[in-house]
Amino acid sequence: MIAIIDYGAGNLNSIQKALEFVGEETVILEEGKVEELAKYDGLVLPGVGAFPGAMKRLKENNFVDFIEKFVATGKPFLGVCLGMQLLFECGFEDQKTAGLGLLKGDIIKMETEYKVPHMGWNQLEIIKDDPLFKDLPENPHFYFVHSYQLAEVTDEVLAAVGYGSTVPAVIRKDNVIAFQFHPEKSGDNGIQLLQNFRELL
Amino acid sequence: MLKKRIIPCLDIKDGRVVKGVNFVELRDAGDPVESAKEYNDLGADELVFLDITATKEKRKTLAELVEKVAAQVFIPLTVGGGIRTVEDMQFILRAGADKVSVNSAAVKNPELVREGALKFGSQCIVGAVDAAKRENADGWEIFIHGGSKETGIDLIEWVKELESLGAGEILLTSINADGTKEGFDLEMLQAVTEAVNIPVIASGGAGSIQHFIDVFKKTGADAALAASIFHFGEIAIKDVKAELEKAEVPVRIEEK
Repeated sequence: MIAIIDYGAGNLNSIQKALEFVGEETVILEEGKVEELAKYDGLVLPGVGAFPGAMKRLKENNFVDFIEKFVATGKPFLGVCLGMQLLFECGFEDQKTAGLGLLKGDIIKMETEYKVPHMGWNQLEIIKDDPLFKDLPENPHFYFVHSYQLAEVTDEVLAAVGYGSTVPAVIRKDNVIAFQFHPEKSGDNGIQLLQNFRELL
Repeated sequence: MLKKRIIPCLDIKDGRVVKGVNFVELRDAGDPVESAKEYNDLGADELVFLDITATKEKRKTLAELVEKVAAQVFIPLTVGGGIRTVEDMQFILRAGADKVSVNSAAVKNPELVREGALKFGSQCIVGAVDAAKRENADGWEIFIHGGSKETGIDLIEWVKELESLGAGEILLTSINADGTKEGFDLEMLQAVTEAVNIPVIASGGAGSIQHFIDVFKKTGADAALAASIFHFGEIAIKDVKAELEKAEVPVRIEEK
């Protein structure tokens, strides 16, 4: 069973439906209860919204400690879109805000000659192969909606897209996985990727 | 590089997909879930559902439909038609839509766009605009109520206002081009894409693959929407994309 963190940030419905579509049981968590950690095989942090408010709500609902302890068990933890950005050290949306610090790097406003938000389908360049990419086409398309991004291509970045500048799109450090795009809105590729995530459980 | 999007629009009446030419002779064209799945398989980049009978009583039917589609089809889903309040938006977004489009209601109450964008994020709010060339002057004027009522409001001023209110995208339908199959209204589209920095979806007039090539080559449009030519099988999305790629327009084609 995969637990999905609800911290009031946007629509959890889509990610839940997509995980159920690949055959996984899901549960929505409104509060982080460390004593219940063992019940879940995987954890997902979704999110649409702004970095500072999201971090505040994660703290208020006891999710910071919950996430750290979950990650320490070695079970897969996935952050999607804003949920991905919160995994890094620091966010610069509106104001400087400390993130969860599970992955290296900072989240900054996108610098590009193109329109921001970066919204639509873009094509991954795979930097390091990974079981997550199993059965995906070469340079698969995924659906993005965001205005901020990971500042640098760190050694934890597995794939990136081009949008005037390089935008890290898949980041992984052991059991901590982060997608800048929305797999739940990326058609067959998104479903395949969630299936691959599920196989890590 | 970001890809140009091809978006089929499905007209919905009483929870079913209907096909008709200019809203005349509507006939049932099937189950929305099956239609949505089929378009996903054919390479649609997003889907737009337009509820053409939108009334309060039907809102629940529409939400149920959205919920069913969203459990089976995992590409972005925009829903429009009769959305008048923030509560209407919430109801449809909760059901699983990714974006809601507002048209007449935004003209009557521009704060609706601002409130929606603040509450759900700009990426959820599509400003749908119907416009036609002014008869005795330069430029274009917007119309409401399905293109039937003129407003006197200038198109360019209105799309700029929609952007400043927080709309995340503009869905621009040319009343002059709509239904003609003579091509998109390139002049109007170019004027709008130059006026705003948010994505613009071109609508109205598509009749051939060349029209899609023209709209992306000759204007700054980010996406192109069509209804009847896709439904009636006159043009396949797959063929549109293949020709766009040949014309060096970036489109999403998966190499399998």
